[in-house]
Amino acid sequence: MTRAEQEPGDRPQAPVDPEPVVHVLWLNGGLGCDGESVALTAATQPSIEEIVLGGLPGLPRIAMHWPFLDFECGPDSGADSFIEWWHKADRGELDPFVLVVEGSVPDETNKTEGYWCGFGTDPGTGQPVTTSEWLDRLAPKATAVLAVGTCAGYGGIHAMAGNPTGAMGVPDYLGWDWKSKDGIPIVVVPGCPVQPDNLSETILHLLYQVAGRAPAIDLDEALRPRWLFETTVHEGCDRAGYYEQDEFAERHGSPKCLVKLGCWGQVVKCNVPKRGWINGIGGCPNVGGICIACTMPGFPDKFMPFMEHPAGGNTPAPVRAVSGTAIRVLREIRVAR
Amino acid sequence: MSSDKPGLVEMTWDPITRIVGSLGIHTKIDWAQKRVVECYSTSSIFRGYSVFMKGKDPRDAHFITSRICGICGDNHATCSVYAQNMAYGVRPPHLAEWIINLGEAAEFMFDHNIFQENLVGVDYCEKMVRETNPGVLDLANRTEAPHAGEHGYRTIGDIMRSLNPLEGEFYREALQVSRHAREMFCLMEGRHVHPSTLYPGGVGTVATMQLFTDYLTRLMRYVEFMKKVVPMHDDLFDFVYTALPGYEEVGRRRVLLACWGGLNDPEHCDFTYRNMATWGRKMFITPGIVVDGKLVTTDLVDINLGMRILLGSSFYDDWEGMDRFVTHDELGNPVDARHPWNQHTIPKPGKRDFGDKYSWTMSPRWFDGTDHLPLDTGGGPLARLWTTALAGLVQTDYVKSTGHSVQITLPRTMTKPETTFEWRIPRWSNAIERNRARTYFQAYTAAMALHFSERALAEVRGGRTDTWSEFTVPDDAFSVGFTEAVRGGLSHHMVIKDGRIANYQPYPPTPWNASVRDSFGTPGPFEDAVQNTPIFEENSQENFKGIDIMRAIRSFDPCMPCGVHMTVGAGKTLTRIHTPHAFSGES
Repeated sequence: MTRAEQEPGDRPQAPVDPEPVVHVLWLNGGLGCDGESVALTAATQPSIEEIVLGGLPGLPRIAMHWPFLDFECGPDSGADSFIEWWHKADRGELDPFVLVVEGSVPDETNKTEGYWCGFGTDPGTGQPVTTSEWLDRLAPKATAVLAVGTCAGYGGIHAMAGNPTGAMGVPDYLGWDWKSKDGIPIVVVPGCPVQPDNLSETILHLLYQVAGRAPAIDLDEALRPRWLFETTVHEGCDRAGYYEQDEFAERHGSPKCLVKLGCWGQVVKCNVPKRGWINGIGGCPNVGGICIACTMPGFPDKFMPFMEHPAGGNTPAPVRAVSGTAIRVLREIRVAR
Repeated sequence: MSSDKPGLVEMTWDPITRIVGSLGIHTKIDWAQKRVVECYSTSSIFRGYSVFMKGKDPRDAHFITSRICGICGDNHATCSVYAQNMAYGVRPPHLAEWIINLGEAAEFMFDHNIFQENLVGVDYCEKMVRETNPGVLDLANRTEAPHAGEHGYRTIGDIMRSLNPLEGEFYREALQVSRHAREMFCLMEGRHVHPSTLYPGGVGTVATMQLFTDYLTRLMRYVEFMKKVVPMHDDLFDFVYTALPGYEEVGRRRVLLACWGGLNDPEHCDFTYRNMATWGRKMFITPGIVVDGKLVTTDLVDINLGMRILLGSSFYDDWEGMDRFVTHDELGNPVDARHPWNQHTIPKPGKRDFGDKYSWTMSPRWFDGTDHLPLDTGGGPLARLWTTALAGLVQTDYVKSTGHSVQITLPRTMTKPETTFEWRIPRWSNAIERNRARTYFQAYTAAMALHFSERALAEVRGGRTDTWSEFTVPDDAFSVGFTEAVRGGLSHHMVIKDGRIANYQPYPPTPWNASVRDSFGTPGPFEDAVQNTPIFEENSQENFKGIDIMRAIRSFDPCMPCGVHMTVGAGKTLTRIHTPHAFSGES
């Protein structure tokens, strides 16, 4: 995008600028839907234009190579070819760069020929370069690898039982203990799609880290940023009061707790009800949408069928049934006065 | 064949940026004639929804199919809910249908806005025009914008500068507008792009005065925005025709338009197949097929029965001779073996060979009794406005079909008076008219959303706040959902056996638009549209970007997760057809 123009040597007419550029290579060629790219354009804390234009203090200059919004669209091997940045990175000409992966990684070895997914054409063979081949080529050269969305993180929907592609997450492909040449583990921002600000905030932190202004990103056992994914949906859900009072929605459209209708919020790590979806608006169970656990490693198989009670009809509620009734009675007494 | 003439250059764009997903376009260009002579569109990603959905609980279908696409997933969720409603025999409360219409209207307002200004708009921005047609930019800087009073940009050059990525004022404003439109969407459907509050039988959204007030205030800001955007884009697109005589040929193809209709009227829609033709005609976007300017049908049953999925250049084994799930529809009409209800998806990965199989997209066609027509959606808006204009069926306070045009009336807003825009059927189905229609359709959905808001508020004020109807899943059923996704006609065909999904075939618009050469050898719409495209770019072969080809492709608003992959540059001069390169498959 815009700041790439200012890269030294990229365009002879540009003034020479000694400040280094962090390249962000966004690989959307996995088994995905581009929902993470689209989500990033919804972020406002910070927004993508604030990141790219350097609207926050201490950010390194970045050059974003992002299929979704990139200016460049020239032909292969020609003027303003977008894919050329990938070839440059492969030749070791871009340093530092952060590799963003969107979509899950198929098992290209489970068939005799062809490809499940590719990104760009190999100039030598005329065949697509598979996404896994790009990972093989670029991961060892990247400063950091950021897996965005539950597909890239853990396989996601496309790794559902019965899938033909053998889809898996980036940590499954590269190894859960994998570290970049700079010692940074794979960073996963799960979600289907990712909550917009969760993603832009993580990108911001990584850029500060690369610039030497922030400590190593704090990740949990599933490689998620800890500060975003340490609490459960239920802990941040404003319908938890109904749960406590033993008041459950029997029908959709009710403002009460959705657990009996299929909500998995009690066991799912995600901040959406607390944070909202966009500018504090929207969400999942807080606005009547059952949590289907889309941020979790076991998603979706372990949570289907979605529209059934997670515990098979047994809401564990021995204590609550008593205290919930008592609280309701007390409240009514106070109202009566 | 012209392709073995000297001077033919092979060029590839792969992946194409500023679209959704990975699309490759491979061409042969006659450099002397400045014309594209051959085009192959290829998709290099296969995920296999129809494969892994088999055997799953049908109630999971809308959650799963939403993930088909990261920009229009809610259209899939909606379409799936429609198909489930038919299968389960459930009719949601009216309020639930108004809420879904408001959500889907917000999706149109969001998606067309971000695509038009932040993805397509860049093709017409000052920086791009400077790099491809500097002569045109000089003229633009000297050309006063006819509607400057409405949009505030004095010259066409000023409009182009405002579209420059990130630095452009209007570019940044449009990004913000896309966020507010998504807020509207989330109010109704929970979250974007994969909804959380959609269910078969209705929605989980809690219908309060606050919900509709929060939506309506944002909607009126969007309405005011459209009063600026429609005249601004008219000025820009009209200028292109003037500055580059002959530009109507870019991306042009025969008028073969498909619209499956969208935005149901709950007063009429009972989700039965039996009555589908009747309630289909009551949709707020009229379904229909337009061939050479004539409206062939507005009947969703006809549309359904004419669907055929052909192979020919795709990485799948044929299902010829395999079990048919549905031999006759509910009205007793025979259902073809190549109809989505009877499709078996059998992936067969192979090498890409432009003389044989080269894409993961299939070749949907519509059989009119004689021909297998390669319909396109014109990116969505062109076909929607065209069918709706011809049919004369949509008559609301804000939107009226006249039989030859669509009149869109936007009421007074905070700083602007009431304004009426009229979209008239254009002379061509080409790149510029697809783009123009997109802008007009943004105004169309904003106007429709006003109607939906009023109807929803009437329900709430009347105390009818229920948003969900109970249902049971039958052991055996088959059904279909039809809607208009952002990019055009979307259908979901489902077959349930023993209470589980036996067959599920989603057909979004891009599989039609990005489809490949079928078993009859007929190219798909992208291929066909690009094969006719003349080159207006001023650059030499060394600096060539292929902007006219990119404009032709982007006018269709490609969305490859829903459906698919172009190559020039200094290029490579062909001396014979079979070179050891991508096109020959010999490499």
